[in-house]
Amino acid sequence: MGLEDLQHNFLTGRLEDLVKWARTYSMWPATFGLACCAIEMMSVGAADFDLARFGMEVFRASPRQADLMIVAGRVSQKMAPVLRQVYDQMMEPKWVLSMGVCASTGGMFNNYAIVQGVDQIVPVDVYAPGCPPTPETLMHAILTLHEKVRVEDITRRPGLGLEVSLSSDEGADTDDVISPSDGTTGWNPDRPDAVHLGTPKRNPIIARSVGEPL
Amino acid sequence: MSDSTATDAGDGVPHTDTVLPEPLSGAGYDEPSETGTEKGLIVETSEGAQELFPRTQTGPDELRREAGAVLRLPEGVVINADDIDIEVSDDETMIINMGPQHPSTHGVLRLMIELDGETVLRTKPVIGYLHTGMEKTAEELTYVQGPTNVTRMDYLSPLHNELVLSLAVEALLGVEMPPRSDWIRMLLVELNRMSSHLMWMATNGMDHASTSMMIYGFREREMILAFFEKTTGLRMNHNFIRPGGTAADLPDGWEDDVTVICDTVLPRLDEYDELLTGQPLFRQRSEGVGNLSAEEALALSLTGPLLRSTGVPWDLRRAMPYLRYDEVEFDVIVGTFGDNFDRYSIRLNEIRESIRIVRQIVEKMPAGDYRVQDKKVTPPPRGRIDESMEALIHHFKVFTEGFRVPEGEVYVATESPRGELGCYLVSDGSPKPYRMHIRGPSFVNLQALPLMMRGGLLADGVVACSSVDPVMGEVDR
Amino acid sequence: MTTTTDGDATSDAPAPAVSTPRVRRDSAQEILFPTREQYLEVVGGLRDEGFEMCADLCAVDYLTHPGRHLPDGMVPERFEVVVNLLSLSQVRRVRVRVQVPATDAEVATLFDLYPGTEAMEREAYDLLGIVFTGHPDMTRILLPEDWEGHPLRKDYGVGRVPVQFKGAPGPR
Repeated sequence: MGLEDLQHNFLTGRLEDLVKWARTYSMWPATFGLACCAIEMMSVGAADFDLARFGMEVFRASPRQADLMIVAGRVSQKMAPVLRQVYDQMMEPKWVLSMGVCASTGGMFNNYAIVQGVDQIVPVDVYAPGCPPTPETLMHAILTLHEKVRVEDITRRPGLGLEVSLSSDEGADTDDVISPSDGTTGWNPDRPDAVHLGTPKRNPIIARSVGEPL
Repeated sequence: MSDSTATDAGDGVPHTDTVLPEPLSGAGYDEPSETGTEKGLIVETSEGAQELFPRTQTGPDELRREAGAVLRLPEGVVINADDIDIEVSDDETMIINMGPQHPSTHGVLRLMIELDGETVLRTKPVIGYLHTGMEKTAEELTYVQGPTNVTRMDYLSPLHNELVLSLAVEALLGVEMPPRSDWIRMLLVELNRMSSHLMWMATNGMDHASTSMMIYGFREREMILAFFEKTTGLRMNHNFIRPGGTAADLPDGWEDDVTVICDTVLPRLDEYDELLTGQPLFRQRSEGVGNLSAEEALALSLTGPLLRSTGVPWDLRRAMPYLRYDEVEFDVIVGTFGDNFDRYSIRLNEIRESIRIVRQIVEKMPAGDYRVQDKKVTPPPRGRIDESMEALIHHFKVFTEGFRVPEGEVYVATESPRGELGCYLVSDGSPKPYRMHIRGPSFVNLQALPLMMRGGLLADGVVACSSVDPVMGEVDR
Repeated sequence: MTTTTDGDATSDAPAPAVSTPRVRRDSAQEILFPTREQYLEVVGGLRDEGFEMCADLCAVDYLTHPGRHLPDGMVPERFEVVVNLLSLSQVRRVRVRVQVPATDAEVATLFDLYPGTEAMEREAYDLLGIVFTGHPDMTRILLPEDWEGHPLRKDYGVGRVPVQFKGAPGPR
């Protein structure tokens, strides 16, 4: 149902461009400011580095109304399930921008308390490095995301061909790439795409999503 | 619902097309039910015993605390736990959850509130969503690396954190700081106080639904951050104030930059004064809301603008001066009623006082060294490394192994924009701290929330939370 | 050159142990070393003397530093609870250090004297495992509820994850 079910051909090409343009210019971020990066994110929304020129100054508090989740700051083990829950509540299409080194890789805090990279929990589209990234860096990351939205094929979204293995001692196996054998190329809502990482004593579930090649 | 066709992934695990993910096993998940994922998700974010429970399941002491009963007078009125909120039964009240992802809780603070209609009865803040293990990390970093860790605690006033750690290390080292380094530190720290209070005014205005105040506050803050970028290299989390002095000297022309900042911000403060103080809605929303008394504030160990708003004139810069605060003139702003409006006006006027201090620093800044000339503590100037072998060795030792600090312990406290920021440092003679504990003022000030929110409306609770000015980085560390 | 020994203390509790004050702008701090039994009484006495506020309460694990300096007659234990009291009227601070053994890591709560220690004691319990008897809500505060262990203890690792760098030449 929806645009993603359309077969990609020259008739729908223009329509896709219109949709991608619309999505780019009114991408509403969800407030997920956690730590110092949140302050820089607020600076980007404020006067000197204005996010309103991209149509993004409305930071929606409710994830149901948001398109983009900017994970700004360090994600602690206690916050990780909350992050996942907020991400799940967002409606498709949704994107994740990991802002700052703490969100991208754990940053300078390589210890028991911080999740080493938010991509362990949610699939990330763009990473913005910096501690904290200056507002210019964040804007560059947002514009990169816009480019990605404009360029990518909206009929093929991340979430295709997910392989879920329930064993905790399996390593990431690059050969087990699957594609839906029933011929559909559209987004499949029944295959979620991400990894769950819990507190140390839980069994981690390893899952990877096979989207487009980088 | 489920399709009978199964596709094989090739690894032997069969997948059906319309299967929902299995709820995960392990702690935090109950047995899978028909509503599967949803139930699993709800259980997953529960924090068990840390949450607020219905009145019947809460012990009397905790009930009193959640209802904001702080003082337990031995011979006077002792609030009986059975009398708390007996006029409303458990069916009529509702326990709701605010946060941790919320636009108004100033970071990842989770408030569990028991409401009777719109009136707040009991409150319990649940924190820890930004716990970074910084005190544990500090035991792995040398004293030179320490400020990078500590600066990210109170990320709105990072230079204060660096300052308190540096003061603690210097107290243990027993070095005498050159005067210029003290004055440079004081300049940076007062500018940081200004930028932190401006940021507070922005977010406080936002919580009062004045979005223009948000934009104005950030506009001024950008000027100060531009100066920081010129001096320290970074807009935030500077790692500039280090044990032994500062990382570098002030750039040429800093007097003009700072004077421009002061001259621009001061008249604009009058504009904000008119925008907010002159506005009846703002006044009605903040006056008489979130009241605290001086006894309650002292009992709860509150410091900073919260304590001063109740009428106690306690400011560490005046009472126990550090750096060169005894050589500059400034007033300590004290409130009367202990309500939100008092705290707003205290912070507004503290910006004015900081401007006054900064102007005096511009006049009185001495020439000299910006860091202590002790070879064992301070790295040599970069130019000397090419010339002198000894300088190269000292540079190497300071940056890889770090300098050794004599055994001992010390507690040093400074006045950050939020209150008393203290550092308790235990050294065992090695180049890394044995135990570094930072007394974060917001961590202690948050204990005032149940007291401030009790009996008010939920919207007043939001403003009360903003008026405490919590920075979750230093609450959770 | 100023002397710094903030922690030089002799004598045994509850007589105050005097430290040499710092010469410059820091305030001199005495340090008292009561035993666990004397702890509440000593702190109550200080409160009556005029220490209106408990500025800080933290705990230290001395597992890997047993040879620290303590007054004569004090038995060093694994944990120490450090309380910093502040008197606004007299403008001075005092520090109280209580030894807490590892096997029976319990100490009385200061909540009845200073309600502001509620969160501080919960943090000490959470990160170091010291139980404060009589505390209204002795639960974890910073870590998730189902966490096992007390991270700030010296026998708990930092939890560092090995980081692989692309093209790294291998272990040195």
